[in-house]
Amino acid sequence: MSDGLTIAGLIGTAALLQSTVFSSLEIAGGTPDLLLVTLLGISLLRGSIVGAIAGFAGGLVLDVANMATLGVSSLLLALAGYWTGRYGETTGRDRTHAPFLAVIVLTILVTVGGVALHFMLGDEVSARHAFLETVIPELGLNLIIAAPVFALCRRLLKPDDLQARVQEVRLLG
Amino acid sequence: MPRDRTAKPAVLGFPVRRPATSRASLRSSSALRRRLVVGVLVLLALALITASFRESEGGPLHDAQAAASTALRPFQVAVERVARPFRDAYGWSADLVNAKSEADKLQKENEVLRQQVVQNESALQQNVELRALLDYKNGPEFPSGYRYIATEVVSTAPRAFQQEIVVAVGANDGVQLNAPVVTNEGLVGQVTRVFSRTARVTLITDEQSFVSAEDLRSGATGIVRNGGAGDTLVLSRVNKEEVVKNGDEVITSGWRADGLSSLYPRGIPIGEVTSVGRTSNDLYLQVQIRPYVDTTSLHSVIVLIEKQPRTGP
Repeated sequence: MSDGLTIAGLIGTAALLQSTVFSSLEIAGGTPDLLLVTLLGISLLRGSIVGAIAGFAGGLVLDVANMATLGVSSLLLALAGYWTGRYGETTGRDRTHAPFLAVIVLTILVTVGGVALHFMLGDEVSARHAFLETVIPELGLNLIIAAPVFALCRRLLKPDDLQARVQEVRLLG
Repeated sequence: MPRDRTAKPAVLGFPVRRPATSRASLRSSSALRRRLVVGVLVLLALALITASFRESEGGPLHDAQAAASTALRPFQVAVERVARPFRDAYGWSADLVNAKSEADKLQKENEVLRQQVVQNESALQQNVELRALLDYKNGPEFPSGYRYIATEVVSTAPRAFQQEIVVAVGANDGVQLNAPVVTNEGLVGQVTRVFSRTARVTLITDEQSFVSAEDLRSGATGIVRNGGAGDTLVLSRVNKEEVVKNGDEVITSGWRADGLSSLYPRGIPIGEVTSVGRTSNDLYLQVQIRPYVDTTSLHSVIVLIEKQPRTGP
């Protein structure tokens, strides 16, 4: 199976699972974001361009499946995939805590961005509920599912082409 | 100092010599491509948001979204069916964990509700009793020349031989010594001790209680006192010539003579004649009475206060 198909399968499955199972799985007031965590795993392994495209596509599937305003999730996840890809391409590549740091930062940023976007669109959003009540449990749940999801991503996506990685490396000395 | 041109990708663990030539151009084109891609995606997302937000429900974009959602539905259903057992298992486990705390919470709620039910029932009973007292006060049986103080019974008779109760009004409320105490059903007793906020009432069933009474039907008079057996009373000192029958109503006689008068006003019901005994060697009839008032379950009573206090001898 080609790399593109694998990524499409991963993102599509994660989006469908998110819209059907995980969105209604409320634990301690939060909901795990499988799509975001999967996207971060792909982005760290495949870089910013793949991350941005996968985020856009995953967000689109999610918005279509949930009959939500098109483009909202796409915008947030495209930026999340891009940022994580850049982080992986530069400083975060060789750090074991990189995936977890990415999950922490992106969970918060995506929550903030989501609240801001929905607020601008005139939707009824409660910043207090989002930032004080749901973001902490969601962060914990995302961190819990991060390890198995990243392991699955690493298993399905073979290590990247050597030359491509070397082009992005930081110079030493 | 010559610059080290090697890089160390930690994932690979060995240095790689990078070609010096065209490195800058490669990096530049890569950065350009990245920015172009993300820029296009962001613009596309913003365009989608704008179009989706501004378009009416029946617009082409919404139609396309609905069609795509319909196309995704089978996959969603499949995922849902696959995930359902796991979700059910999680739900079952979570319910099991929460069951105990939920049970504790419900038990506490149940206790509070039970207390409320008891309080409500008590309030309802009190309401019924107070209404009856009010009806009595407004009715023709209420003795003239008296005003009333309705009150709660705060303490009932502690022992069988101690026929006394304590009511929640006292001298501060205008309660006087020897004031008659009644309910809508009949005579209860009289105040035998007055405190500032409470008063002790000796019941008519007490051995020390004597009430001048009259058979309402025949007009035979006598004295009601304790019958010696539980709550029964006897009407003593009724002449043998009088015709007293079972079922006759006995009321207070409220006599007045030579400037003296009974402590009780006339006409307060006391009880009903249950048996009449007549012996050849006794001067009086033996009349037994069942009191109307159940002195063992008193909750509210009325203390009668004379509007014009009697003067001492």
